[in-house]
Amino acid sequence: MGMRTPLKNVRHLGSAKEGTIHWWHQKVTAVALIPLFIVAIAYAVSLVGADYERVRDVLSHPFATVVLLLLIGVTFYHFKIGMQVVIEDYIHTEITKMVLLLLNSFFCAVVGLAAALAVLKLAFGG
Amino acid sequence: MVELTLPKNSRVGTGKTHPKPEGSTKTKTFNVYRWSPDDTENPRIDTYHVDLEDCGPMILDGLIKIKNEIDPTLTFRRSCREGICGSCAMNINGTNTLACTKGMDEVSGDINIYPLPHQPVVKDLVPDLTNFYAQYASIKPWMQTQTPPPPDRERLQSKEDREKLDGLYECILCACCSTSCPSYWWNSDRFLGPAILLQAYRWLADSRDENTGERLDNLEDPFRLYRCHTIMNCANTCPKGLNPAKAIAEIKKMMVERRG
Repeated sequence: MGMRTPLKNVRHLGSAKEGTIHWWHQKVTAVALIPLFIVAIAYAVSLVGADYERVRDVLSHPFATVVLLLLIGVTFYHFKIGMQVVIEDYIHTEITKMVLLLLNSFFCAVVGLAAALAVLKLAFGG
Repeated sequence: MVELTLPKNSRVGTGKTHPKPEGSTKTKTFNVYRWSPDDTENPRIDTYHVDLEDCGPMILDGLIKIKNEIDPTLTFRRSCREGICGSCAMNINGTNTLACTKGMDEVSGDINIYPLPHQPVVKDLVPDLTNFYAQYASIKPWMQTQTPPPPDRERLQSKEDREKLDGLYECILCACCSTSCPSYWWNSDRFLGPAILLQAYRWLADSRDENTGERLDNLEDPFRLYRCHTIMNCANTCPKGLNPAKAIAEIKKMMVERRG
């Protein structure tokens, strides 16, 4: 590094020509989560103390299923791209960064899918 | 990994306390960061007492008085002493600012002075801004056009278009904003930082410049531009009262706009 010019270091590999979609999706998902969470919390509050049959009746309604699936999808996508930025900000060892980014993606995919499956089971019985 | 504590050889110790000037009734205490590359000692804080009855009103006046009359080894940059050159940018009582435009009476109690944060130190209050200047060069801060200029006059700009440069052209590149930005602290090797992005927007916003698309291409990068998380330290600290965060937001808007 010592004999390179400062400009060589700054220009490095050039611009990745991306990042805009990532940034825009963070904003859009953040906005989308506001109404989704309001409806989901309203469901949760209205079902406090209800038994399993009642919960299944309410949440298997197509509207509730759509809201919950959207909520899960948007939440875990938002989580994934947000946590990615945090990892990129703070972790500068390439191998550690790569491993954490992979774990982040896997965690969101697995937990998100499991949550979606729970909603689908409620909706379609079984 | 981000370093949250200082390395051993950067821990700041207590330094010399220079005696109060004799016979003066009104003094101000300066605690100043000292480090020299010529020995192996750790940085230290030296304490000076400045006679306010025989000194100009600004903090830079105090530093110059210390250098002239108390300790000629104290090292700092200064030039214009009127807030236009940006040389005397330093961290004063926790905020990056220009020593020449900050009055001693604006600080209650002792005045604590450190170099701009998170830059290599050359000596005492002098930071090494090599990377910062290289980043400035990387945005090509000059007008780029394909159309040759008219043979008989300069390139014209309407008054309305000229007004779009207000709040941008005043930037003096003192680096107060960039060195106050946590994103710049952690990622200054790749993130351009608020000062350079404000300068980049100064050319994006110029009605005479014809390379807007290429300039945006050069900035569109997860690190160069998108490490800005609107923390807003830049706008808080700017000694010229500018808002780099807003300029960065305008760049992001242009990035979205050109996608459709």
